[in-house]
Amino acid sequence: MKISDLSELALRNLRESLLRNSLTTIGISVGVASLVAMLSLGIGLQQLFSRRLAKSGLFDTVLVTSRRDLRGMGREEERNGPTPAESRILDEPARLEIEHLPNVLEAYPDIRFITELRFDDKPHLTMISALPSSAKSNDAFEGMQGSFFSSDTAAEVILQKTFAEELLGKTPSRGVDETSVADLAKPLLGKELTMRYAQRATSPAQPSPPSSDAANSTDSNLAGAAYSVLSREQTLKIVGVADLDLESMRGPTRAKVFLPLKLAESLHVMQPTDLREISRAASDQPVYSSISVRVKNPAQVQLVEDGIKKMGFGTFSIIDASRGLQLVFRVLYAFLGIFGSLALIVASIGIVNTLVMAILERRREIGIMKAIGASDGDVKRIFFAEAGAMGILGGIVGVALGWAIGQVINIGTNIYLKSQSFPPEHFWAVPWWLVVFAIVFAFLVSLVSGLYPAGRAARLDPVQALRYE
Amino acid sequence: MTTAPVVSAARGTVAIRSENLCRHYRMGETLIRAVDGVSLEVRAGDFVALLGSSGSGKSSVLNLIAGLDRPTSGSVVVGDRDLAKLTREELAKYRLHVVGMVFQSFNLIASMTLAENVELPLRFAEVDRSQRSNLAREALERVGLRARMNHRPSELSGGEQQRAALARALINRPQVLLADEPTGNLDSHTGTEIMSMVREFNRELGMTVVMVTHERALAERYAQRMIFLADGKLIDDKPNTPAPDGGQR
Repeated sequence: MKISDLSELALRNLRESLLRNSLTTIGISVGVASLVAMLSLGIGLQQLFSRRLAKSGLFDTVLVTSRRDLRGMGREEERNGPTPAESRILDEPARLEIEHLPNVLEAYPDIRFITELRFDDKPHLTMISALPSSAKSNDAFEGMQGSFFSSDTAAEVILQKTFAEELLGKTPSRGVDETSVADLAKPLLGKELTMRYAQRATSPAQPSPPSSDAANSTDSNLAGAAYSVLSREQTLKIVGVADLDLESMRGPTRAKVFLPLKLAESLHVMQPTDLREISRAASDQPVYSSISVRVKNPAQVQLVEDGIKKMGFGTFSIIDASRGLQLVFRVLYAFLGIFGSLALIVASIGIVNTLVMAILERRREIGIMKAIGASDGDVKRIFFAEAGAMGILGGIVGVALGWAIGQVINIGTNIYLKSQSFPPEHFWAVPWWLVVFAIVFAFLVSLVSGLYPAGRAARLDPVQALRYE
Repeated sequence: MTTAPVVSAARGTVAIRSENLCRHYRMGETLIRAVDGVSLEVRAGDFVALLGSSGSGKSSVLNLIAGLDRPTSGSVVVGDRDLAKLTREELAKYRLHVVGMVFQSFNLIASMTLAENVELPLRFAEVDRSQRSNLAREALERVGLRARMNHRPSELSGGEQQRAALARALINRPQVLLADEPTGNLDSHTGTEIMSMVREFNRELGMTVVMVTHERALAERYAQRMIFLADGKLIDDKPNTPAPDGGQR
């Protein structure tokens, strides 16, 4: 029989016992809806997490250190990769090289130092860190009062909340009644503070070319590695107060005060590691204790990490933690999928029941069709087509239903979030592949359900069937 | 009357032949010999009546010839097909193209209109939609039901339903028409009407007709040959001269 005839007959037969077939189809719809609802919740939650994590910058960042530093910190030696003797100095050429690796967005040095800031003639000792302009999109600065640095070289500063409290002489009360960032920012924005710092000035006398085997150089070469330390002052304007968690920042930053990166670089502040580096790098090229590398996509972190390791540097990223998270979501998917499918399995029993009933009811009709020339295959296909039609209809209605349920929950939750003064979030996602998958799955489940009834109808003995009243 | 042998093999050749045909059922402990060694030959273009009381095995023989049932032993050959040797699929094709069937209870599908019922065999034969409706219209025209083609069987009288069933049996232009008590559910007037039509197909289209009936009078009026069955065995086989116009009209 032709497909068109088959589907026509199937739809006609479905219309004949409209109530029963509608109920069966609704059963499938509910099953599909629960599957779609469960899976789209899982997908939506994962997307929400990925979005938030990507914004936090934790998962697309690789921290690069000179391997010797790691050893120096008492870490175990890396198992693979070059031996320490081959490892390189993390200087400007190395930074440029890393920045030119594929999939790397930017590589910026981590400049951190502890120094004194004067505000209202009172000294405050604190950790200062430099921020690249790309940090603007970091969600750590989402709740910031004021604005981000006007340029990468501006003499401006952003304060972390607790430091702002310190400046204003407010002791941070533990737990309850935290002062809001807005209240802290009001008296501070636009004010100036003075930073006193130690500037490192390289002696121009005996420059020696930077070389990767500097570590193996003779003592005579080191003669050029002299520099002087000068005491300097810099006036900085407070442009922002950020309500950020000290732990959530990109890289191992623990700073409470932030400077624009280019400004920080131009200041040539004496770094804690400079004293160690003096024994190796004998040039006016800046040497960094660590570099943060931003990767285009968290998926490419491993690749970039491998590339940097090959260059002879140590790397660290939180990608392993993220991998664990992926596993959690896979398990979550599986569980949600299984629970969603349970309803569909119950619905498929409904299909079996409906079709077996239909066979009893249409016994005579089956006998007639066989008597006038229908083959076993024709009869089987008619029942199959009916099961399939119920599956597709149920699948389509179910996807719509599941989507609607998702929308309602989404809207409901966002109303709740709004009442708790959180920004609205989209944590319900029905991707197109889920729509296709759900309908195809419903269709296949229905066909499998139709297997037994269709086979039974096909095997019916026409003589018996025609005798049946 | 002129003959137009469009569908039938040449008159006189053997259309149906059974040899020692047996169909036994087991019902619990007892073996029921519904058909028990029937050998017969029906020539193409013949009008044969199978007579006997109920349980004589006449319907079982008809079902075996129709390919709805398979013999326990023996053979039944229609044209050049030994039905016992056909696969289920081939048997379905045989029922579709070689034989047409009408029943006592009409056996139209209640959920379909007359036109849909009549064209149903053409769906199984994978005939195109437009050709299908043309053929259905022609067939219904032939049995005088053109105006009723969009009605459902329940809206028609018994006679009309049986005429529709005849149209359906004819639609694939079978060589053999098998009728199982075709007038059993009809009053004598409509019964005569149906029988006239069957005879018309037999004469004009050269269709071989095998009709099961328990009414001897009906057989005498229309059949050229009467075969008597009892307890699954053939007990008599005699020629008959039917009334020229089927008796009264």
